[in-house]
Amino acid sequence: MKNVHQYSAGHIAFLKGVRRKKIIIWSARLGLLVALIGLWELCAQLELIDPFVTSSPSRVVATIGELYATGNLFYHIGITLMETLIGFFAAVILGYAIAVALWLSDGARKIFEPYIVVLNALPKIALGPLIIIWMGTGYTAIIFMTIIVSIIVCIMNTLTGFLQVDGTMLTLMRALGANKRQTLTKLVIPASLPQLMNTLKVAVGLAWIGSIMGEYIVSRAGLGYLIVYGGQVFRLDLVMTATIILCALAGAMYAVVALIERIVTK
Amino acid sequence: MMLEFKDVDYTYHTLSGETTALKGLTFGIERGQFVSVIGPSGCGKTTILSLAAGLLQPTGGTIEREGCDCGYMLQRDALFPWRTVEQNIYLPLEIRGEKSAEAKGKAVALAEKYGLKDFLGKKPKELSGGMRQRVALIRTLAAGAELLLLDEPFSALDYQTRLEVCDDVQAIIKNEHKTALLVTHDISEAIALSDKVIVLSARPAKVVAEHDITFGDGTPKSRRNSGQFAHTFEILRDELGI
Repeated sequence: MKNVHQYSAGHIAFLKGVRRKKIIIWSARLGLLVALIGLWELCAQLELIDPFVTSSPSRVVATIGELYATGNLFYHIGITLMETLIGFFAAVILGYAIAVALWLSDGARKIFEPYIVVLNALPKIALGPLIIIWMGTGYTAIIFMTIIVSIIVCIMNTLTGFLQVDGTMLTLMRALGANKRQTLTKLVIPASLPQLMNTLKVAVGLAWIGSIMGEYIVSRAGLGYLIVYGGQVFRLDLVMTATIILCALAGAMYAVVALIERIVTK
Repeated sequence: MMLEFKDVDYTYHTLSGETTALKGLTFGIERGQFVSVIGPSGCGKTTILSLAAGLLQPTGGTIEREGCDCGYMLQRDALFPWRTVEQNIYLPLEIRGEKSAEAKGKAVALAEKYGLKDFLGKKPKELSGGMRQRVALIRTLAAGAELLLLDEPFSALDYQTRLEVCDDVQAIIKNEHKTALLVTHDISEAIALSDKVIVLSARPAKVVAEHDITFGDGTPKSRRNSGQFAHTFEILRDELGI
């Protein structure tokens, strides 16, 4: 880092301008959120909308308090988080391993390609009844759903990253006499690191889809369960609360992956 | 002979048919020589290097190599952007499983000898195009290669850098007493750098002519400044049929 005193006045002005823009964007983002919540609350208070159907920020806060008081808040969050994280890591790790295997063997890649394409296009929720019969109605079924929703995209994205490695670099490895394992560990894996980070970001979203979808089909606890249950008994405060918690969790998980990406690809 | 092609044929097979790239190609390179191969584009120049490196096997004829340590230098430097200059230079050693401090020391000494001392800890993107090609050359030399195969290693550089790197690379190769086989489509580059220029015909490639370049003091600059440069250029150009 250079000392500020070494910069010209023009450069300092430029840096200030960049900083100011950043502040404006962040204030606008926060402002928009506050405005939306404020508007929602105001409309509900003035009964322009029916809070029984639309809920309101104050009712959401009250519901969170109530869930917390009965010890249910962290129970439901914990269950969904556990299912999502196990599903996410299993899909990413298994998907990576399968992509490596498909990269190692051209034959296997060509044989499995149509199967992967079909599995990717298949709406996984169609497998719901089968999963319940095969795996029962516990967490296993939901984790399984999370895995099948995310794994195909993990395999395809990772493999695309592997196959996009620069041809000149591959020729270099061949000319140096590298074997497949060396080419994989010294070139293909480090070269496809940015693609892996992209895959993680996509997988975060898919893992949440998988776990909530799983909970819709079969569950006795979790945020998805709260949403379904709230809908059935017409407690829309509960639906809104669970949805908002879900937003926060998914956002936080995405932020963690983005942070890892910043550290890894620096 | 460091490398000898005897009556070499090479045929490519694709679904749409077969292509004879080389037909009865015969030439040799003496130890310590810098030889350039020029020819019309698509005549199979890169095929010759792949055959010399042993990446491809000839369909007919034989290729004899004295020793098998050849290093490949490509059109683009192919430095790994996630590795530092130093780690890039170690790559060939790692692949051959040489982890000794001695081998690494030699590689670093070579890098320092050719002015890369201050760049060892830097990433390739912090270096200029010319500097990157120098690193690529040192990486090839650090592997202990005796025969260097150069596949238009200057063609991706802008003209000024190209002249500079051209001189630079030739000086290092001569200084280290290495043998080099350069394929290029650039006639003046071939004349400036080489002890011998081999002219190939269009596909299937055969040797049209071989010229020993003896004028000048061996440096590219003296060649370019010599009165014979233009004359040789015209001869080669006629042989290429341009």
